Amino acid sequence: MTDRNIDILVIGAGPAGLAAAIAAREAGITSLLVIDREKEPGGILRQCIHNGFGLHRFKEELTGPEYAQRDIDRAAELGIPIECSTMVLSVSRDHLVTCVSPVYGIQRIQAKAVILAMGCRERPRGALCTPGTRCAGIYSAGTAQRFVNLEGFMPGKRVVILGSGDIGLIMARRMTLQGAKVLACVEIMPYSSGLNRNIVQCLQDYNIPLLLSHTVTDIRGLHRLEGITVSEVDQNRKPVPGTEKHFACDTLLLSCGLIPENELSLGAGVSLSSATSGAIVDETFETNVPGIFACGNVLHVHDLVDHVSAESYKAGCSAASFVLNRHSEDSYFSVMDGDGVRGTVPQRIHRNVDSPVDLMFRPAGVYRNCAVVVECGNIEICRKKAQIFTPGEMALITLKPEHLRNLDENILTVRIERN
Amino acid sequence: MDQVITCINCPVGCRMTVSLSDTGEFLSVTGNTCPRGAVYARQECTLPKRIITAVIPVEGCRMPLSVKTSVPVPKQLIREVMHELGNTQIHAPVRAGQIIIHHVLNTEADIVATRTLP
Repeated sequence: MTDRNIDILVIGAGPAGLAAAIAAREAGITSLLVIDREKEPGGILRQCIHNGFGLHRFKEELTGPEYAQRDIDRAAELGIPIECSTMVLSVSRDHLVTCVSPVYGIQRIQAKAVILAMGCRERPRGALCTPGTRCAGIYSAGTAQRFVNLEGFMPGKRVVILGSGDIGLIMARRMTLQGAKVLACVEIMPYSSGLNRNIVQCLQDYNIPLLLSHTVTDIRGLHRLEGITVSEVDQNRKPVPGTEKHFACDTLLLSCGLIPENELSLGAGVSLSSATSGAIVDETFETNVPGIFACGNVLHVHDLVDHVSAESYKAGCSAASFVLNRHSEDSYFSVMDGDGVRGTVPQRIHRNVDSPVDLMFRPAGVYRNCAVVVECGNIEICRKKAQIFTPGEMALITLKPEHLRNLDENILTVRIERN
Repeated sequence: MDQVITCINCPVGCRMTVSLSDTGEFLSVTGNTCPRGAVYARQECTLPKRIITAVIPVEGCRMPLSVKTSVPVPKQLIREVMHELGNTQIHAPVRAGQIIIHHVLNTEADIVATRTLP
């Protein structure tokens, strides 16, 4: 039984879903709907009250809520319906979406195209294999951020942060400003995966030590966290005996990576990449399931929301083209990760592509004064130099349509050429 | 005297080398890749400033209000600004962009709401 028929259904009203919906409406789709499980649109930006968003897109520095509001306002201007407090339970291969909400109960929506924009989740404690007791006081950094910024309470007083991703750094500052003592930020790698600006303005400004090549090796506390042990690690990330430091703390925040949230995608038969944990897509952001598109952090984890918006706008345009029956030929290049490159998106590119394609990837390590090279067989088709590549910053190289003409092979390889 | 600082204006985070006189006065900067970097370097070596973002409780509302300083404030005033915010009482409704405190601590910065609370 179907309750409603629409052209495009967007799952998620964060920056990705909003940008995709705006693009689809601007491309002429009138029958579309955005749904979100939270009670308001805006996604994770609602709790990111710090500034630094929108420099690329709006040429000014906004806080998360302000950035989200611009898209919410634009969506309202275009009359795009957004249904909140609505949880999608499943998406089928042929675009039948089952969702549940307090207003409509269970409803089934048949869409001509579906845009997956569910964002990502934080890697939880269970995935880190950290030893110690199962006491209260251990949160993911994003959960703590939600408590402090949206729910209005502090999760603890003496804090250690494991992982130096941007959310962890931002929360080090946030907890400090709200009166907590942040004892240290502990990072297992020899470098931080956060932005340099955040190391300066979130840690150095408040004299919070960043312990590189260290990890948490014990967690103590029966009911509430009482203390943790931090040890140095060797090159193989194994703790070095004798280097233990003890911290008395009541709170441990985990900022150890983000994972695209793809349960719904898997249910729809969407194939995922092991490198990105997101869907395998072509340059139009269409997955292997025709008419299902993916964009934003559900596709691959971005550093900047500006990039999420740009990518998702393209996905929205593609979904509109799909609905309006503008199909292109199904002959593809496969894009492979070469030396020093991980998780290139898109993984497939139409051979007859007629607009530039951004190849986005994560460098596998820190490389200085090198170049990213795209090759087809033995032919180099594109090259871009860079002073530094780090895994903390997504790298990008743009292929022009003319780069992809007159090539015999079907495989494009992206690699980093080191001197 | 040379000093290496990291620009915080944008996500690139340029590493810049600043030359200071013996008395600590700013002389020149290299390594910045845009004009904003030069402005930041001079400011950072004379009077470092930051935008502050925080939340303040709203009476009768579970969700706090997110706010920011309209312009950067001197770094040494951050604690005092936070203290000031802790003592601020407000009532809904609040519109995004509404000024909550004019010229906080007699600086040029206003405390501005960054979201709407109906």
